[in-house]
Amino acid sequence: MIENRYDLNKELAQMLKGGVIMDVTTPKQAKIAEEAGACAVMALERIPADIRAAGGVSRMSDPKMIKGIQEAVSIPVMAKCRIGHFAEAQILEAIEIDYIDESEVLSPADDAFHIDKTKFKVPFVCGAKDLGEALRRINEGASMIRTKGEPGTGDVVQAVRHMRKMNQEITRLVSMREDELYNAAKELQVPYDLVLYVHNNGRLPVVNFAAGGVATPADAALMMQLGAEGVFVGSGIFKSGDPRKRAAAIVKAVTNYNDAGILAELSEDLGEAMVGINEQEIELLMAERGK
Amino acid sequence: MKIAVLAVQGAFAEHIDMLKKLGVEGIEIRKKRDMEQDFSGIILPGGESTVMGKLLKELDLYDTLLEKINSGMPVLGTCAGLILLAKKLSNHGETYFGTLPVTVKRNAYGRQLGSFNTVANVTGVGEIPMTFIRAPYIEEVEEGVEVIATVDDNIVGVKYKNQIGISFHPEVTDCLKLHKYFVENTEL
Repeated sequence: MIENRYDLNKELAQMLKGGVIMDVTTPKQAKIAEEAGACAVMALERIPADIRAAGGVSRMSDPKMIKGIQEAVSIPVMAKCRIGHFAEAQILEAIEIDYIDESEVLSPADDAFHIDKTKFKVPFVCGAKDLGEALRRINEGASMIRTKGEPGTGDVVQAVRHMRKMNQEITRLVSMREDELYNAAKELQVPYDLVLYVHNNGRLPVVNFAAGGVATPADAALMMQLGAEGVFVGSGIFKSGDPRKRAAAIVKAVTNYNDAGILAELSEDLGEAMVGINEQEIELLMAERGK
Repeated sequence: MKIAVLAVQGAFAEHIDMLKKLGVEGIEIRKKRDMEQDFSGIILPGGESTVMGKLLKELDLYDTLLEKINSGMPVLGTCAGLILLAKKLSNHGETYFGTLPVTVKRNAYGRQLGSFNTVANVTGVGEIPMTFIRAPYIEEVEEGVEVIATVDDNIVGVKYKNQIGISFHPEVTDCLKLHKYFVENTEL
């Protein structure tokens, strides 16, 4: 049997496109997310807003808690490990997680090295603020990329900045002469092959989602119109007044992100949104973790 | 000729690319108005069947599509699309169109670690590469359903009147054979 794990892992991300991946902390929340139309759930002990509020070192979740969520739903289950913490990743692989998020939301375990993700059979998603960061993670074996919008803030500004930056840099590579690509690879600190791929195809070689600060159907539509292929919603759902309704509305907003009429209907009467913190009010910028 | 591709979630863009390579226009179906255009076939893509099944109903696409399938319009369901067509699901309460008289097991190969590639024969199409991603397979078929593909003794492809259901993803490979077969069936 021919088998290319990396391709299969990229292809699972393709199946998630046009969908919403929701942070959940209990089997009950996971069930709500699945019923609301989540295409996958991210199992974690505390949602980013609470991690931010609690402070201290934040680690991989208890495998027992993750297994409880795996049993509760039939959609893919993801979980986070710390940047560089390959032992946590090994544990998540051992419980057959569907996707590992090597995430800046948790406290980094290594301030220089990310996990060598090529050594794993399970897929990884990683955050990226710009094209160089995205291609470095892909070179390490990530099969899906997401923006590194500031988690737990309900403020979408950073996810927007990352998505725009990524697209600008992709456009720039596409417009270059081929003999300029060697220098571009040097500047981006990434292998030439990946630069050539982006130059030829005008996109990343893997699926790219928006993550961080998405709190409303309008936020989700904004990210999709800016070129995201799907959306992660963390604290935005279960920190809001009516999680079930908001989750379902965000799912539909991602499908019909170009139809303002539908978006207007979806945005009505959703109850209270998560409170949110502005960028300037944050003391800890999680996006600066791992580069 | 135009073929409608359900585009509420999942790998619909890949199907549209395959159709384009065959000179066929694929149109995205995201809301009811999208179905006002003329089209001659339907593709139900891979993705999450729970999401697509829910959105089909809530975005008011279900009745029109069901009517078209029942009236004989050719339809191809891949992976989650097969689940949408199936009459019975052995490990899930809800069914969706229920027009294809087979029993399907969701996530039959387990989680992502159970995903795999292989090459196998499809009746009428020939040998093609097959990609199974958290895939279902078909446990039972009722009378009149033709089994067109099996892998390791599990049924992974069936044909029944105007409907083709497969558990794998031809749209993520470079092989156009299965799409060509579907397009030719649609042109008949």
